[in-house]
Amino acid sequence: MIKRTMFALAGAVALLGAAPALAQDTKVIAVSIPAATHGWTGGVVYHAEAAAKEVKAAFPNIDVIVNTSPSAVAQVGVLEDLVATRKPDALVILPFTSEELTGPVQSVKEAGTFITVVDRGLTDETIQDLYVAGDNIAVGSTTAQFLLEELGKGDVVVLRGIPTVIDDERIQGFQDALEGSDIKILDIQYANWNRDDAFKVMQDFLAKYPKIDAVWANDDDMLLGVLEATQQAGRTDIKFALGANGMKEIIEKVMEGDEITPISTPYPPSMIKTAIYLTAANLNGQAPVRGKVILDAPRITKENAQEFYFPDSPF
Amino acid sequence: MTDTTSELVSKESVFQRINWVDLGPFIALAVLVVVGYLINPDFLSPTNITNVVTRATFIGIIAVGATFVISSGCLDLSVGSMAAFAAGAMILFMNWLVPTWGANAIPAGIVFVLCVGALCGLVNGLVVTLGKIEPFIVTLGTMGVYRAFITFMSNGGSIPIDRSLREPFRPLYFGTVMGIPIPVLVCAAVAIVGSFILYKTKFGRRCAAVGANVEVARFSGISVGRIRTLAFVIQGICVAIAAICYVPRLGAATPTTGLLWELQVITAVVIGGTALRGGKGHIWGSLAGAVILEFIANLMVLSDFISEYLVAAVQGVIIIVAMLIQRFSRRS
Repeated sequence: MIKRTMFALAGAVALLGAAPALAQDTKVIAVSIPAATHGWTGGVVYHAEAAAKEVKAAFPNIDVIVNTSPSAVAQVGVLEDLVATRKPDALVILPFTSEELTGPVQSVKEAGTFITVVDRGLTDETIQDLYVAGDNIAVGSTTAQFLLEELGKGDVVVLRGIPTVIDDERIQGFQDALEGSDIKILDIQYANWNRDDAFKVMQDFLAKYPKIDAVWANDDDMLLGVLEATQQAGRTDIKFALGANGMKEIIEKVMEGDEITPISTPYPPSMIKTAIYLTAANLNGQAPVRGKVILDAPRITKENAQEFYFPDSPF
Repeated sequence: MTDTTSELVSKESVFQRINWVDLGPFIALAVLVVVGYLINPDFLSPTNITNVVTRATFIGIIAVGATFVISSGCLDLSVGSMAAFAAGAMILFMNWLVPTWGANAIPAGIVFVLCVGALCGLVNGLVVTLGKIEPFIVTLGTMGVYRAFITFMSNGGSIPIDRSLREPFRPLYFGTVMGIPIPVLVCAAVAIVGSFILYKTKFGRRCAAVGANVEVARFSGISVGRIRTLAFVIQGICVAIAAICYVPRLGAATPTTGLLWELQVITAVVIGGTALRGGKGHIWGSLAGAVILEFIANLMVLSDFISEYLVAAVQGVIIIVAMLIQRFSRRS
């Protein structure tokens, strides 16, 4: 935590015009991400800082500055400061919101900066040089595919997050994959990607339906609430309780070969690392990276769980 | 001023009417139970009722404290963040003690969190009274402060309780005594102590007097600042008690713990019959309000005919209708 504060301070000082101190040929990557307000963004901050350290160690001629912003307005402020004080060679940004950030990122680009957009796209796709994101539809369909294979037929209940594109796509991927199959979705309710709300909704699902074969919470944080509720009810009819995102607590369950939660699907916050590495590859070795990188959402099983496990990350 | 004084006197002399007013939220609750049963008979199954009432205890316990604060003419928006911060601090403290104290870390953690809660409340109260700043603004500020603390302590992730404490601590939420869940008993105890303080002690009556009319209270020699500060401290202690029951439920605190609880608490208190501008507080009404809110959320899931997209709208309408029932019964 202290490290992060110092880092932010260093970043701020650098932004305020310490630029001349650096050698001429040093290239600067500015990283602008949301502050850690919940598990997933906490993971983004962790991986961004790790990537910054690793890239700097690997390429002495590249400097990486990580800035976290608590709101869209604050993020716009960071971008304005960047343009005014120090023209970074590249900007890696995970925008708070698409609409509000499109204009400010456009003006950074006009100063000749390479733009890497992560996760949430801008409203004008021509601004980005590189786009890195996960696949939310695949998050839903990978889970559904598992249920089709392992369950075949039965009744499932679904907990969704907060009404957003991310949430809609996951639900859509899940529903589309199950269409026409013998697996029936009994109910879908919003639980706000919140553990407590998921606990309550799951208690209510259990009271409402005497037989549930599987439950899918479209985020692992919610899954923890779901598991607590099913444990309390002592219900044995639930064969699978699955989540999504690849949170470390759930990955641990997968690694232990948990019967109820044998898989997860990634929508990894570490995608920020992919973006920073690719951007550095472009700056240092002129490796061509312009385009779109869409990370797949493969099934995380006991066998490959290690690849998705970050014990030190908050997520 | 003469108006208010006579109102105070008449309130005390015709206390039968006050009891009738107290009934309002319970009538609304009864109506909701009947409607719930008609929508889905499972609503009245013992498991469901136990689940929902137990869930309502966090908001209920905090609402008891909020009844003091609101009755004294103030408002506390920081309770949700404070609950998250208190829960996080409690877990870190217990985890720190575990290697040397073992399961004794739990009672130590309980004492610790009560101090943290009282201190948080004291900060709110002192800034409001000594700084002479609107409680709305002060607690809006501390709401951000406490929320940032929990985010900082958890690095944005979650603060889990030590594995060895998980099982011994779990019964505090999931356990029962003679079939009644422990959080419900805790909540009832808080309400009994709370109503004794609010209705039977000098402090309680002064609380209502300050909320009804600050100037009159001041001229009658009541130290307004002291009363209000104490009300905030009571609120802080209630938040800590809620945190004690909250931690064993999921065994972790996260930056999203207690999000928007402040609004639920204020709604519960107002449904319960306490006026937002201060005056007489209705502790049992506040509890009924908390249960009403949780029943509504439960019914949204149990019913089949409400689209998941419209749940919030229906909830809002039911809350307003509950208020109308309550007002209506007050008039008659």
